[in-house]
Amino acid sequence: MTAVLGAVAVHRGDADIAVHVENVSKKFRLYKERNQSLKAAMMRGGRAKYDEFWALKDVSFDIPTGGTFGLIGQNGSGKSTLLKCMAKILRPDTGTISVNGKISALLELGAGFHQELSGRENVYLNGSILGLSRKQIDAKFDEIVDFAGLGEFIDTPVKNYSSGMYVRLGFSVAINVDPDVLLVDEVLAVGDESFQRKCDEKFSDMREAGKTIVVVSHSLATVRTMCDQAAWLEHGVVKDIGNPGMLIEKYVEDTHTERVSTEGGGSRWGAGNARVEQVEALDADGRPTLRLHLGAPATFRFHYVTDEPIRKPVLGFGLHRIDGAHATGVNSRETIVPDQIDGKGYVDFAIDKLPLVPGSYDVTVALVDESNLHTYDYRTKALRFDVGAGRPRDVEGVFAIDGTWSFG
Amino acid sequence: MTTLAEYAGSRELLGNLTQRELRGKYKRSALGWAWSLINPLALAAMFTFVFGVVFQSKLTAAGNSDLHGIAAFPLYLLCGLLPWNFVSNGINGSIGALVGNANLVKKVYFPREILIGANVLSWAVSLLIEMAVLGIALLAVGNMWLKFLPLVLITIVFLTLFVTGVGMLLAILNVYFRDVQHFVGIFLQLWFYATPIIYPITLLSGHDWSLGPVHLLTLFKLNPMTDFVEVFHQMLFRLTWPDWTEFSYAIVSSVVVFAFGLFVFKKLEPRLAEEL
Ligand SMILES: Nc1ncnc2c1ncn2[C@@H]1O[C@H](COP(=O)(O)OP(=O)(O)OP(=O)(O)O)[C@@H](O)[C@H]1O
Ligand SMILES: [Mg+2]
Repeated sequence: MTAVLGAVAVHRGDADIAVHVENVSKKFRLYKERNQSLKAAMMRGGRAKYDEFWALKDVSFDIPTGGTFGLIGQNGSGKSTLLKCMAKILRPDTGTISVNGKISALLELGAGFHQELSGRENVYLNGSILGLSRKQIDAKFDEIVDFAGLGEFIDTPVKNYSSGMYVRLGFSVAINVDPDVLLVDEVLAVGDESFQRKCDEKFSDMREAGKTIVVVSHSLATVRTMCDQAAWLEHGVVKDIGNPGMLIEKYVEDTHTERVSTEGGGSRWGAGNARVEQVEALDADGRPTLRLHLGAPATFRFHYVTDEPIRKPVLGFGLHRIDGAHATGVNSRETIVPDQIDGKGYVDFAIDKLPLVPGSYDVTVALVDESNLHTYDYRTKALRFDVGAGRPRDVEGVFAIDGTWSFG
Repeated sequence: MTTLAEYAGSRELLGNLTQRELRGKYKRSALGWAWSLINPLALAAMFTFVFGVVFQSKLTAAGNSDLHGIAAFPLYLLCGLLPWNFVSNGINGSIGALVGNANLVKKVYFPREILIGANVLSWAVSLLIEMAVLGIALLAVGNMWLKFLPLVLITIVFLTLFVTGVGMLLAILNVYFRDVQHFVGIFLQLWFYATPIIYPITLLSGHDWSLGPVHLLTLFKLNPMTDFVEVFHQMLFRLTWPDWTEFSYAIVSSVVVFAFGLFVFKKLEPRLAEEL
């Protein structure tokens, strides 16, 4: 498989496209009476009675190489079906899917293991299915078992594994065969806290190595923090595709599964003769984004408009985690207070290394005067943005504290 | 589409799966590998008793004037019975190969016919071991068949191809119609008696059975297993070069059956994962 998938020329020959999905439709047969007997078939004159059901309808998109791509959507929207089509397990009725490089998949409900065989035998079996030679598996075997953390259970038949152990081993195999594209369908939630941490590390390793990960998840928080891009499936159709933060906002709005909304959720008050019209987060290159990274440069830009000249303005902002915890708040009073501002302009707050722990945050912004007697504009939840993984990797709490370690 | 490169990449997998089948076959059985010999020996003993002793069949000659006595009939039997067992086990195993590996088929991609191939190969390994034992026994009673060894091996290769073809056809049909396996159980029994294994084919030519315009012998000759078994009888028991018409018929039909099996398999394969 390795040989072949590697050789399949990706449509348009783009090296920066990992998976190219073009006009893919998939039809399932819903049998009225699933009577798998010859007699029944004869009675029907060879034709089984079934309804057609289109699980995917004309799906097209490209998944860029490098980074993580998320698939969200309600139950039965076709996410797993799409992943199985990518993994060549299902064949689409129309359209094509081309994958650039070696693909490895961890589909819903665990790995393709043989129940009677031991973990060890299954590792070899799965390895050879994924195109590894015995030697190659030998070389990786310890790493695989280590990562799965199964210890002596490796020689126990997998039917005796707990569901967490099962997934850990499956994931360990899938990820340690060095795939170029890894498909993960809603399985990681089974692992315990420490395993999830290990997975996150492995994911960021893969990302640094320029590999591509496609995840299906119902955990919007996971998609928000993990993914660089996401697609939203609804009844087998791609409803939207793009930045995960924005997409999730729309998805949540649309499906009302969770009530979070920047527009409706925030409140605003103030004199109104000067207003913060827009808050932007800029990445290291100064481009607006809704996704910053821990340890990377970031800038918050506050666009203001005044109806009249404002003397000695002070801009302050606060960050709240979306669970409401107040992360921080700073203002410009002690640093720089211009004599006056007038008309349109913006204020920047530049950060060398963003110290926020990965997660989602809301920006509260206030435009006041130096004495704090006048509040021109005060907006809560003016912007919601995400912080993705970065350096340091292993952090907890709200802040990644900066410092220097030394052993005395 | 499964390409040749894909097969090349899957050689490792085929080997692995075959080993797994072999190991699984006698796992948790005290006698292990010995079973693969005990089964045919028990059958041979039974048939010898029923046909050689009870019915007093005059089969011992069976075309070889050098071999007489009580040993000749079971040896003659085994020359056809071992290949037949391979066919029957290979086909039965193939039928379960897809359904039994549903978890694998639904979770990972690989050319699915490898499952059938691995099953048939594992039985072919058993056949080789059994044939080796039979061959030694034949030599021990003075049947010097060794100069036919290369041709015997070639015949086994084509027999394997034949079984793989039938196996692919029935395995994929069984996914869509689960009662194929019951039907095959009956069919294999009929097929066994329609093949000159426990009786020599000469027994048939003595009669003038005809089914309308068709001579019964012609009908028997259509069965490729007749030719395979005859070829084995000729080389191992009668110590003659095979009848080349029979030999060619066996070869050609195995290739045709294999091609047809693969064709049907590929035709029905796309929806395999969702039908399982
Ligand atoms: N083998 C099958 N036969 C018939 N219908 C199927 C089959 N597999 C999936 N479907 C149908 O296709 C639709 C999409 O299923 P799919 O598993 O892709 O949904 P999903 O988005 O992964 O849902 P979930 O969030 O629950 O995992 C569902 O309506 C499902 O019933
Ligand atoms: Mg699913």
